[in-house]
Amino acid sequence: MLSYIKRKLSESDSGATGSNSNNSNTTAAELVRKTSEMSLDNGIIAYGEDALLHELGYRNATDLQETIYDLLRTIRDPEKPCTLEDLNVIYEDGIFVMPPTRSNVSVVRIEFNPTVPHCSLATLIGLCIRIKVERGLPHNIKLDIYIKKGAHQTEEEINKQINDKERIAAAMENPNLCELVENCIKDEE
Amino acid sequence: MGRLILEHTLQGHKGRIWGVAWHPKGNSFASCGEDKAIRIWSQSGNTWTTKTILSDGHKRTIREVRWSPCGEYLASASFDATTAIWSKHECNATLEGHENEVKSVSWSQSGGLLATCSRDKSVWIWEVAGDDEFECAAVLNAHTQDVKRVVWHPSKEILASASYDNTIKMYAESALDSDWDCTATLSSHTSTVWSIDFEADGERLVSCSDDTTLKIWRAYHPGNEAGIATPDKTTVWKCVCTVAGQHSRAVYDVSWCKLTGLIASACGDDGIRIFKESSDSKRDEPTFELLTAEESAHEQDVNAVEWNPVTAGQLISCSDDGTIKIWKLQE
Repeated sequence: MLSYIKRKLSESDSGATGSNSNNSNTTAAELVRKTSEMSLDNGIIAYGEDALLHELGYRNATDLQETIYDLLRTIRDPEKPCTLEDLNVIYEDGIFVMPPTRSNVSVVRIEFNPTVPHCSLATLIGLCIRIKVERGLPHNIKLDIYIKKGAHQTEEEINKQINDKERIAAAMENPNLCELVENCIKDEE
Repeated sequence: MGRLILEHTLQGHKGRIWGVAWHPKGNSFASCGEDKAIRIWSQSGNTWTTKTILSDGHKRTIREVRWSPCGEYLASASFDATTAIWSKHECNATLEGHENEVKSVSWSQSGGLLATCSRDKSVWIWEVAGDDEFECAAVLNAHTQDVKRVVWHPSKEILASASYDNTIKMYAESALDSDWDCTATLSSHTSTVWSIDFEADGERLVSCSDDTTLKIWRAYHPGNEAGIATPDKTTVWKCVCTVAGQHSRAVYDVSWCKLTGLIASACGDDGIRIFKESSDSKRDEPTFELLTAEESAHEQDVNAVEWNPVTAGQLISCSDDGTIKIWKLQE
């Protein structure tokens, strides 16, 4: 938590950054893309977008990964009196820091593993993960949330739904659904 | 080449802005978003200010606003499952019927027909019977999923719709029984088709998708010179060009300028890009080049772009970052 606050402070100091010329951004992004293509097999990816991460107050990609994991681990399961961490629905290795966009915004892919392959609450869990991260991070981020490959019968259907921003926005305006999400993601006092 | 010059950054809405629409005269525009309000903006001196705020019409997010061709009416589509029709700052009518979120609304060129679509998978066509009277003329259930966008042909009574089922569909009224039918299904995108727009003469359509590409489709009518088969003497739409590798995330909107022929795209990677047809482009195999890209046009996803219908080269955009931007293309 301390590191999170520090990050927030340092972020407000560096408010005027990020206005590099378009050209240098493109070249940097190009480089990152090439590097990432080479290192995709390594699992945990570490490459040349450190400048962006430093600007946001992270030491490196692992630091961002851990920060996101810290936000997610306390999400409560919609049914059981456990957290998603307890149930191994989320795990640190399921958080991937991807190459940033050409506009130099961090991209993170989060993979989760529903407890059973016919889990009817997978969509709700996906929604909780997104809302928790978007609210918890003090900066913009692009999130792609996916079910662990082969872990659900209607995996593709759910993946499409939980990454459709219009569906997400409408879901959060549904009072019942919104309450379910809020209950799962609220911080324990 | 070309460059987008930022002329104005406008703030006013609270939260995400989903839609912007130029008034047909091009001297004012409407915007809408998650704050459930519609703002009408016009130029005063050197800047743009909110002239009117229309609130209390909807209970949830307003997804899209569209002016009638005469400029008298404004239609708004909302997640509250209704479509509202506004005139002189008053809500004239509320169209009910969709089961859940209305995603888009569009007026036909004559202003006599209105189309709406929803997550309930249906497309509705409404006949404008009077100032505040709208009669449902058809409920079309051709799509298998959420329908994201409806757009009328610029001169004919042909409707196009784009869907979460990855396809685009065309509809026309049958001459035989005056029923509305789906006349064509355009398949090629590999994910949700977010938006579509016709070229000025209506012979081509541009579409944008979650699959990060733009596609150009051409109408081949019965007896066409290219020799494309048209079963049942029905116009066939063929994908003649795919613009890939230019966008890094979902493309949420496209606008085909009726004055210049340029295409603008709004992307989930925060960028706005302008495409121009190449000078050596072929009729049945056209090519489009990136004229200019504004990679960080907004701080978050760009949700909509629209070319000014009167002032060539003026572009408006809106974003999740809560701002509206007005751009000038310098060629």
